[in-house]
Amino acid sequence: MKKVIKYVIIDILRNKIMLGYTLFLFILSMSIFSLEDNAAKGLLGLLNIILIIVPLVSLIFSTIYVYNSAEFIELLVSQPLQRKTIWMSLFTGLASSMMLAFLAGAGIPVLIYQPDATGFMMILIGELLSVIFVAIALLAAVKTRDKAKGIGAAILLWLYFSLLFDGFILFLLFQFSDYPIEKIMVGVSMLNPIDLGRILILLKMDISAMMGYTGAIFKDFFGTGTGMSLSFLVLIVWIVLPLALSVRNFKRKDL
Amino acid sequence: MKRILFILLMGVQAVPLGATTISVGKGKTVTAIRAAINKALDGDTLLVYPGIYREKNLIVNKRISLIGINYPVVDGENKYENISIKSPGVLVQGFKVVNSGVSSIEDFAGIKIYNTRDVIIRNNRLENTFFGIYSQYGTNCIIENNEISAHNLEEQQSGNGIHCWKSDSMRIIGNKIRGHRDGIYFEFVTHSLIWRNDSQKNLRYGLHFMFSNHDSYVTNIFRNNGAGVAVMFSHHVKMFNNHFEENWGDASYGILLKEISDSHIENNRFVKNTIGIYMEGVSRLQMKKNSFERNGWAMKIQASCMDITVSSNNFLGNTFDVGTNGSLVLNTFNGNYWDKYEGYDLNRNRIGDIPYRPVSMYSVIVERNPPAMMLFRSFMTSLLDKTEKVLPSLTPENLKDIYPLMKPLRL
Repeated sequence: MKKVIKYVIIDILRNKIMLGYTLFLFILSMSIFSLEDNAAKGLLGLLNIILIIVPLVSLIFSTIYVYNSAEFIELLVSQPLQRKTIWMSLFTGLASSMMLAFLAGAGIPVLIYQPDATGFMMILIGELLSVIFVAIALLAAVKTRDKAKGIGAAILLWLYFSLLFDGFILFLLFQFSDYPIEKIMVGVSMLNPIDLGRILILLKMDISAMMGYTGAIFKDFFGTGTGMSLSFLVLIVWIVLPLALSVRNFKRKDL
Repeated sequence: MKRILFILLMGVQAVPLGATTISVGKGKTVTAIRAAINKALDGDTLLVYPGIYREKNLIVNKRISLIGINYPVVDGENKYENISIKSPGVLVQGFKVVNSGVSSIEDFAGIKIYNTRDVIIRNNRLENTFFGIYSQYGTNCIIENNEISAHNLEEQQSGNGIHCWKSDSMRIIGNKIRGHRDGIYFEFVTHSLIWRNDSQKNLRYGLHFMFSNHDSYVTNIFRNNGAGVAVMFSHHVKMFNNHFEENWGDASYGILLKEISDSHIENNRFVKNTIGIYMEGVSRLQMKKNSFERNGWAMKIQASCMDITVSSNNFLGNTFDVGTNGSLVLNTFNGNYWDKYEGYDLNRNRIGDIPYRPVSMYSVIVERNPPAMMLFRSFMTSLLDKTEKVLPSLTPENLKDIYPLMKPLRL
C-alpha cells in the first residue's frame, strides 16, 4: 500500500496543475493580506477562497485524476493487491497532496499574517474541506463510467454544496420564519460540510455579531466543547461516508 | 477694598475656630465611632485608627469629617446599613466598608446620603455591600476614588454600585466598580458629572441613566457588563471620550439610547460589542469622532429616530455597519470613514465620488429573520449583497453617506 501511495503522490506532485494550484493559492492569499491594510478584511477574502475555490479544485482535480489514471488502476487491479488497498491508496495520495497544496499555498500566508485562533481555524477547515471533497469526487468518479458525465457530476455537486443548498436554506428560513427553527437549523447545517465549516469560522471571526440573538444559539452549540467536537466529528463523517461508499462501489465495479 | 477684604477674611477664620480632633481606636480617647460622633461638635474631625468596628447603623448627623487611617473596617454584619449621612458638609474618607444588610424593602447601602448637601465620600473601599454608595436627594456631593465590589450572582440579590436618586450637581469621579447590579445608576439626577470611572463586570448595566438631564459622562471605561450602558428618557446629555468594550449578548449594547434628545456623543471608542449603539426614539443627537471597531453592529438606528447627525466617525472591521428596521430615514450620515467602502476618488479630494450605503442587504434580512445569520458570508449571500448594491430594493434608499472618506480619521 505504501508503494502505491508513493507512486500516486509522486505522480500528482509532478503534475503541473497541482503546482499551479499551490502557486495560485499562495499568490492570492499573499496579495489579499498585503493589499488590505486591515487583516480582518484579508481574512474575509481568504474565507471566500476556502469556501469556494478549495472544494472546486479538490472535486474537479480528483475526478479528472481518477479518470486519467484508469489504465494505471486497471494495471494495479491485475496485480495481487486488494481492491480496497488500491482505492484507499489512491484516496490517501490525492488527499495528502491536496492538503499539502493548501497548507503551502494558503496556510503559510495565514501563519505569517494572522497567527491567531481565527487563522488556525481557517487552516483546519480548509484542510478538512480539501479531504472531504476528494472523498466526494472519488464517489462521483466511481459511480459514472463516462468521463464527461463524471466531471459534470462533480461540477454539479460543487454547485449544490456551495450555492444551491444555501439557496434552499434561505428559502426554508423565510417559509418557516414564524416558527422557532433555530435549533433545527443547527441540524440542517450539518448536512453541508461547507456550511458547517463556515459557521465554525464565523464563530471565531464575527464573534461579536454571533453573540446576538440567533448567534447565541449557534454559539451555545458550536461554541461549547461538545458542540465543537461534534461538528468536527460530523466533518470526519463527511470524509468517511463517501469514501466507504466509493470503496464498496469500486469493489463491485466491472472495470 | 480693605474693608471688604477684612470682612471676607473674617468669614474664612470663623469656621476652623473651636474645631477639635478626636482619635478613635483601641487605646485612644474613644474606642467606638458612635461614641465619638455623639461627643463631636460641628466642624470636628474624627481620626479612626485600624480595627474592626461593628457598630450597627452609624448615623452621622453633624457636620464632621470622618477620616480612616489604614482602612479601618466598618462591618454591617449583613444586617445593617453601615454609614448613614444626614448632615451637610460631611467628609467620609479612607474606610473599608463591608457586609451591609440585604433587603428587598429597604435600600441598604454601604454609605448613604440622606436629603443633604456638600458631602464628600472619598478613597473608601466597599466590599460585599447591597448598594455601594447611595445618594437620595443629595446636592453638590463628591463621590471620588472609591473601590466598590460585590460578588453576587443574581440581580435580585444585588444593588447598584453608585446609586443616585433625585440628586443634583453630583460629581462621580475615578471610582472602580465591579460585580454590582448596575455599576452607576442615575435616576432624576441633574447637572452632574461622571468622570474617569471604571465600571466592569456588573450584572446588568455598567451605567444606567434615566430621567437625568444636563449631565455629562467623560473618560469612563465600561467593559464586559451584562448589558452594556443604558441611557434613557433624558435630554442634554454629553458623552465624551468613553470606552465601551466587550459588551456581549443578545440584548447587550455599547450604549442603549432610548428617548434621548439634544445630546452629544463624541470621541468615544466602541470595541467588540454585539451592538455598538442602539437608538430608539432619539432626536437631535450629534455623533462625531467616534471609533467603532470590530462590533457585531456598529449602530442600530430604529426608524423612530430623527435629526441624528453622524459625521467624522471611523467604522473599522464591524460585521455590520448600520442596521435599521424601516425605510424612513430622517438622519444624516455624511463624512465618515467606512472600511467597507469600495468607491473611488478621481479628483483626489479624499472624499469618495460615489455614496456609501452603510446598510447592507444582509443586515436587513437578518433584522427580519434572525436565524438567517447562519448563512452569513456564504457565496449565496455575497451574491445577494452585490446585486443589492447595483439595484437597491430592500435597503433604505436615503440612508447613505454622500461624502465618504477615503482614509480613516486619526482619532
